[in-house]
Amino acid sequence: METRKSTKLTLRVIALGYLAILLAVPLAIIFWRTFEHGFGPFRDSVTTPACQSAVQLSLLIVAIVVPINVVLGVVTALALARGKFPGRGVVQAVVDLPFAVSPVVVGVSLILLWGVHGWFGGLAEHGIRVIFSLPGMVLATIFVTLPFVVREVEPVLHEIGDEQEQAAATLGASRWQTFWRITLPAIRWGLVYGVVLTVARALGEFGALTVVAGGVPGKSQTLTLLVSSRYVDDRNTFGAYSAATVLMSLALLTLLLMTFVNRRRESNAR
Amino acid sequence: MITVSNVTKFYGEFKALDDVSLVIPDGSLTALLGPSGSGKTSLLRVIAGLEDPDAGTVVISGQDVTAVRPQGRNIGFVFQHYAAFKHMTVRDNVAFGLTIRKKPKAHIDARVDELLGIVGLAGYHNRFPNQLSGGQRQRMALARALAVDPKVLLLDEPFGALDAKVRDELRAWLRRLHDEVHVTTVLVTHDQEEAMDVAGHIVVMNGGRIEQVGTPREVYENPRTEFVFRFLGPVATLRGRLVRPHDLVLSRHPGPDSVAGKVDRVLHLGFEVRVEIRTLEGETVTAQVTRGEAWHLGVQPGDEVHITAETNPRRPVPGAVDPIAAI
Repeated sequence: METRKSTKLTLRVIALGYLAILLAVPLAIIFWRTFEHGFGPFRDSVTTPACQSAVQLSLLIVAIVVPINVVLGVVTALALARGKFPGRGVVQAVVDLPFAVSPVVVGVSLILLWGVHGWFGGLAEHGIRVIFSLPGMVLATIFVTLPFVVREVEPVLHEIGDEQEQAAATLGASRWQTFWRITLPAIRWGLVYGVVLTVARALGEFGALTVVAGGVPGKSQTLTLLVSSRYVDDRNTFGAYSAATVLMSLALLTLLLMTFVNRRRESNAR
Repeated sequence: MITVSNVTKFYGEFKALDDVSLVIPDGSLTALLGPSGSGKTSLLRVIAGLEDPDAGTVVISGQDVTAVRPQGRNIGFVFQHYAAFKHMTVRDNVAFGLTIRKKPKAHIDARVDELLGIVGLAGYHNRFPNQLSGGQRQRMALARALAVDPKVLLLDEPFGALDAKVRDELRAWLRRLHDEVHVTTVLVTHDQEEAMDVAGHIVVMNGGRIEQVGTPREVYENPRTEFVFRFLGPVATLRGRLVRPHDLVLSRHPGPDSVAGKVDRVLHLGFEVRVEIRTLEGETVTAQVTRGEAWHLGVQPGDEVHITAETNPRRPVPGAVDPIAAI
């Protein structure tokens, strides 16, 4: 009994220590460095035009990417869960590709495709700039966040099965009515969870954006790029800490939302 | 009336329905009875439009609905696992078909009240399906299917997921409901007792084909094939002939046409006694006798008994005469 108690204690210390050293301490240091000299310097640092526009750009990308991923993600999940088409296995693998491919590679491939010398490079001559502007950043973010909605919604679709949908059909509901009234409410918590993960990942995306965004302050610089640029290029460590704190706060907000959603989901899955 | 003509259905290589034709009269309660894989559920789903047949036609009330999707067939369908809309209250579940048809709210409320009364769930309006027992959920599903005044009510193993006691109650309840509502009802079951208990007509299916159609008594007493004979009840073999165990009479003394044997085992099963006998010809025969008969006979393992079939043992030949009527 005594040994089991001590084993338990040791395991707890190891687990908590591991979390503390790897996660909590580095994040806490950033917070501490940010507010070391009070709130004033932090406020000055994050209200600069560059920082303001970076926050706006990050949120704008999220606002564009999330609806696109929701629609395409749900359609893909429905096709994978309900459809019986040849090449389903290939689609399954493709959906997971962004998990496997490094974001930097995504950025490079986008340049190969959309860059001036790329396949669709001709568009630039017609005034449609993709690389080093918003469309390219959105494309890169969609690529890296694509699996989340699909991977959260598809298992829910499998779990609920298609009997409720068939029952709705026998009761006179069209496919569209069945989707809105039966399928969507059934997958809603999975969908919300997928959206939260998408938001978190979209805010934090860095690798692909360093390649396709250009990082021009006030124009194509997201929060992550701002943190990096302040730290690496400007040697403005305090500015980097402040911007990182803003980024972390947004992430923390989504994390809290995630916990809340998870609770709702569990209480719904009785 | 439902008329199914020459319906064939494949699932990949598997032929689930093989040129099936069937007429289900208006207002009847018909059971599709068969083992799993016999095609009974496929036939029901083809009637509902949930499966498209590869060949053949389905006509409901004079309208060819073969190419009509389920939502246009005006049917009610009840699933084995209820298919309750989990995120809706009982009221919204039952009201679903009427809401889709954009009926006025007052009409919907009145109809829901009426149906919940019929299925014995009055006052359960605001419950969610997960707050109901299995039997209650299935009754809610029935109310939901009946709400739209379907021309036919199709039930796919509706009591299969319920425990024995609730199943018996719901069977009796369904019979009464059918007496009141009179909607043409088709029920799928693999349980021959359930089919005989509930249905007025039984369609016995095997291997994607219909073996026999008739009233419960017809198919039990006058089975047209060996499959029907074996599927509808216990079977014993006496001198190579099929006979029901309860049609075997045991005696201490030889009689005309009796078969002699030695008792292997005597099993007391409460309301009946099963006697396992090895005949001198080497067959094993199980006879089913009442407790009283067993007591009078007083048989013990090792005793010699003589077996007679009470009715003429029937060979399962097409068009066999009813043995009871023939006596």
